[in-house]
This record gives sequence, C-alpha cells and structure tokens, in this order.
Amino acid sequence: MAIDMPISEIRLRLASRRVGIAGCGGLGSNCAVALARSGVGTLVVVDFDTVSEENLNRQYFFREHIGRKKVAALVDVIRRIDPRVKVEGHEVRLDPRQVLRIFAGCEVIVEAFDRADMKQMIAETVLAGLPDAWLVIGSGLAGFGANAALHTRRTGRLFICGDEELEVSDAHPPLAPRVGIVAAMQANQVLEILLDESRLPAE
Amino acid sequence: MTIVLNHRMTEYPGERLTVAELLRAMNFTFPLIVIKVNGRLVRREEYAEALVRDGDQVEAIHLISGG
Repeated sequence: MAIDMPISEIRLRLASRRVGIAGCGGLGSNCAVALARSGVGTLVVVDFDTVSEENLNRQYFFREHIGRKKVAALVDVIRRIDPRVKVEGHEVRLDPRQVLRIFAGCEVIVEAFDRADMKQMIAETVLAGLPDAWLVIGSGLAGFGANAALHTRRTGRLFICGDEELEVSDAHPPLAPRVGIVAAMQANQVLEILLDESRLPAE
Repeated sequence: MTIVLNHRMTEYPGERLTVAELLRAMNFTFPLIVIKVNGRLVRREEYAEALVRDGDQVEAIHLISGG
C-alpha cells in the first residue's frame, strides 16, 4: 500500500538522514543519484576503483570522468544535481573492519558491489556487526528483458532486490536498463525504510 | 523433520542436520550464500557445526555477481 506524503514532507524528513552506499559502479552510482534527487541529506559513498570507458554503458558518469576515481566522479555528479546533498566519499577497498568503521551511523546501507564474494562479505558483516542498520542488497541483474523476474524480498532488516538468478558473464553482460532498474528498486526501498518504517511490508 | 526454507515447508529425513548437510541436501551448489536460521545469521565458519532442527525457519540468500 502506497503511503500518502507530499513532496515537502518527504524532503523535510529525508534532509537529516544518512545512507551508506558500498560501491559506486552500476548499482551504486545510479542508486546514489536517485537518493540525492529525492533529498537524502548525507550519502556515504565508498569505492576504490577508477571510471573507465566500459563503465559508461550503465554507470552514472560522463566521458570527462574517465580516469578519475569513481568516488570523486560521483561527488562531482551529485554536486551538479543538488549541492545541498552532503556526500562523504571514501576511496578504500572495503573489508569487514572498514565496513564497520565507515558505515557506523548509517541507518540504511546499500550493497552495490559487482563481485558476489564482496556481497557475501558485507551481508555477513552488517548482519552480525551493525544490528540496527538496514541492508539493501542487489542480487541478479545481468542481461536484458525479463522485467517480471525482478523483485524485492525481505528477511529481517535485509532486503534483496534483483532476479536472484542470473550471474554476469560474457553471454549476460550488465546493461543500463536492468542495472538501472535494480538500482532504482534499491533506492525506492531505502525511501520506504526511511519515510515510514512502521508500515514496511511484513517479512 | 519439516523446516520452513525460504518460506516453503520442506521435508528432510532425520531429526536434525548441520547447515553444511542441509546445503548439500538442497543441492545448493552456489558458492556464495547467506544463511539465516530462525532470523540469526550463520557464518560460513559455522556451517559444519550449526544445527537445523524440526520446525526451524531457514533463509538461504544467493549472492549473484553483477553491479
């Protein structure tokens, strides 16, 4: 059931909130931009990688960003959309210790890695070490088509968005539409958590 | 025993299984998975010892590459 809330109240409520984004690739850059446009006050964005030409098929960067760190490029993109959004960038490769240090104080953490082993690492670290945080994972977004296979499900404070099936491979590359849909599903889930936790759908 | 696996009632022979045995019985060949039993995370290192018993709620979340 959709929640009634005018834009003025949405922006008022989101301005003081803090969301973590683990990875600034296809999922992370698109999700961060959606959250910035919605008015989330502070985004904590983390990535170690550099923007390359191949990234531009799905990631929210521009040709001028090629060769720059993804964190710095994302800070630039969001500043140009809405300079009121505070973006805290961390150029590090996340491990369990860094996850706990950097994302402490984030109400919601968006998992936006590409590698499955990193997804597992952050899921185990957040579930065990940050019990008050919500975690929104993207799992299964390769290829094109199959809109109806994309879904969101909940288990406790963990949400999983995607088809939970199709691995990225040469035959199933990550493409803008499906990556963008899952990134937007993650951002949409973050808003639902932040704006009305009491009325979240049951597990 | 009957457990609730990903919200579905599922039967397994015997009184209890370790998480590692359950993963084999489910034919879960996915290398990367997160397991919760009755809402509690079971870490990879615990799969060989952690037990699943009749009536338990088990969540198995596959982690799929791509992002």
